[in-house]
Amino acid sequence: MYDFAYHKPTTVAEAVGLLADPEARPISGGQTLLPALKHRLDKPSALIDLSGIAELRGIRREGDQIVIGAMTRHQEIQNDPTVKAAIPALAWMAGHLGDTQVRNRGTIGGSLANNDPAADYPSAALALGATFVTDRRRIAADDYFQGMFTTALEPGELLTAVEFPIPEKAGYAKMRNPASRYVMTGVFVARGPAGVRVVVNGAGPGVFRQAEMEAALAVTWSPEAVANIRQSADGLNGDIHGSAEYRAHLVTVMAKRAIVDAG
Amino acid sequence: MPNVSLTVNGQRHSVEVEGRTLLVELLREKLRLTGTHVGCDTSQCGACVVHVDGESVKSCTMLAVQAEGSSVTTIEGLAAPDGTLHPMQEAFREYHALQCGFCTPGMVMSAIDLVKKHPDGMTEHEIREGLEGNLCRCTGYHNIVKAIAAAQEVIHGRRDALAPAEV
Ligand SMILES: Cc1cc2nc3c(=O)[nH]c(=O)nc-3n(C[C@H](O)[C@H](O)[C@H](O)COP(=O)(O)OP(=O)(O)OC[C@H]3O[C@@H](n4cnc5c(N)ncnc54)[C@H](O)[C@@H]3O)c2cc1C
Ligand code: FES
Ligand code: FES
Repeated sequence: MYDFAYHKPTTVAEAVGLLADPEARPISGGQTLLPALKHRLDKPSALIDLSGIAELRGIRREGDQIVIGAMTRHQEIQNDPTVKAAIPALAWMAGHLGDTQVRNRGTIGGSLANNDPAADYPSAALALGATFVTDRRRIAADDYFQGMFTTALEPGELLTAVEFPIPEKAGYAKMRNPASRYVMTGVFVARGPAGVRVVVNGAGPGVFRQAEMEAALAVTWSPEAVANIRQSADGLNGDIHGSAEYRAHLVTVMAKRAIVDAG
Repeated sequence: MPNVSLTVNGQRHSVEVEGRTLLVELLREKLRLTGTHVGCDTSQCGACVVHVDGESVKSCTMLAVQAEGSSVTTIEGLAAPDGTLHPMQEAFREYHALQCGFCTPGMVMSAIDLVKKHPDGMTEHEIREGLEGNLCRCTGYHNIVKAIAAAQEVIHGRRDALAPAEV
């Protein structure tokens, strides 16, 4: 790691001021950023630690949605009674990514700002029609995800919270890479304020909606409804862990399991 | 250079570090607490697990400056001052839950957090899942899982003493 200055602001305004330096980077849980810095993939002038900003932390229900602060750790989401009651699939997701130590440090904001194609939360956010709240605006999930490690966030823009509309039903299933435990292919299904959505993560360069399955599920909500829908392998990821065809096959398998999970 | 003030195993320290100094480097190189190991340095193996304010973390994936004001417990801080082992350490010994011992400090620290998070006890399967962040190259995990299963009974007060291992 190259050395950097370290700042721990206590307000969003102060953090955004420090991030005006184009070489400065926010650090939340550091579970992705620190490994990247060890590989010298980046050379920030300063790290702006968000963990001292109380307003970025916490989970609350606001009407028909659950609002989760960007600095909320996976471990807190996994165990939160409000999330468990309103969107159990999201609590399950938070409890089944990485390992205990990663969940004790890593945050939802860091994960969604990073938008790793193999990350979990992007599928939930897109399927539930979440809204991303930043220090300067609100971004719909439909506009937020822009492909591999890319989001609508501008340089220096801070994600402050994510609003998840409470669905009628939601379910998630994933096949994990047996070594890294990151997602090989996952599917999040939801029926709620954003309509019927089937979102695939892990299989492609970014999360995407499976329109054919959405149409079928809108007519009949059952695993059988999607059982014969085949995902095309075009554009999907193929690597030593699995070919694009294998991931395409998993889309149908995971979709069926996710629907069973949603009930 | 930044200065970090923190409590380690009950003792207060104030140490000069670089911004990039990892918590594990502070522990091993500045405080000479070499019980915490570095197996991978890539957040995978869990040999570096310590407790920060009661939660297990990988100390190779946390900056020393992020531990400002925190209370850190390492493997050296578990036994009582008179040398009596923590029930988890005792269980690892009784159940022969180590071979080379390299992963052991991290295993023990993770296991203690795991047991704390499951007051109603864990099945063998849950213990195995819970150890996801810790790799052992030697034991095949079998005796580690047995040791944790036995230790949880003592830690949660369901047994006064460790069930002896079968030989
Ligand atoms: C061993 C291991 C296994 C893992 N397995 C999984 C897994 O199975 N599934 C999964 O989804 N994830 C997994 N992760 C990643 C983990 O969930 C990370 O915690 C997460 O991706 C990043 O969150 P963080 O808080 O650690 O972010 P950081 O590492 O602190 O930051 C990540 C990036 O986001 C930026 N950033 C952080 N916060 C903000 C903000 N509020 N606004 C704008 N930008 C911000 C940072 O500058 C950085 O570029 C794993 C990590 C490890 C080490
Ligand atoms: S040394 Fe920290 S996880 Fe391997
Ligand atoms: S005992 Fe050797 S690595 Fe676990």
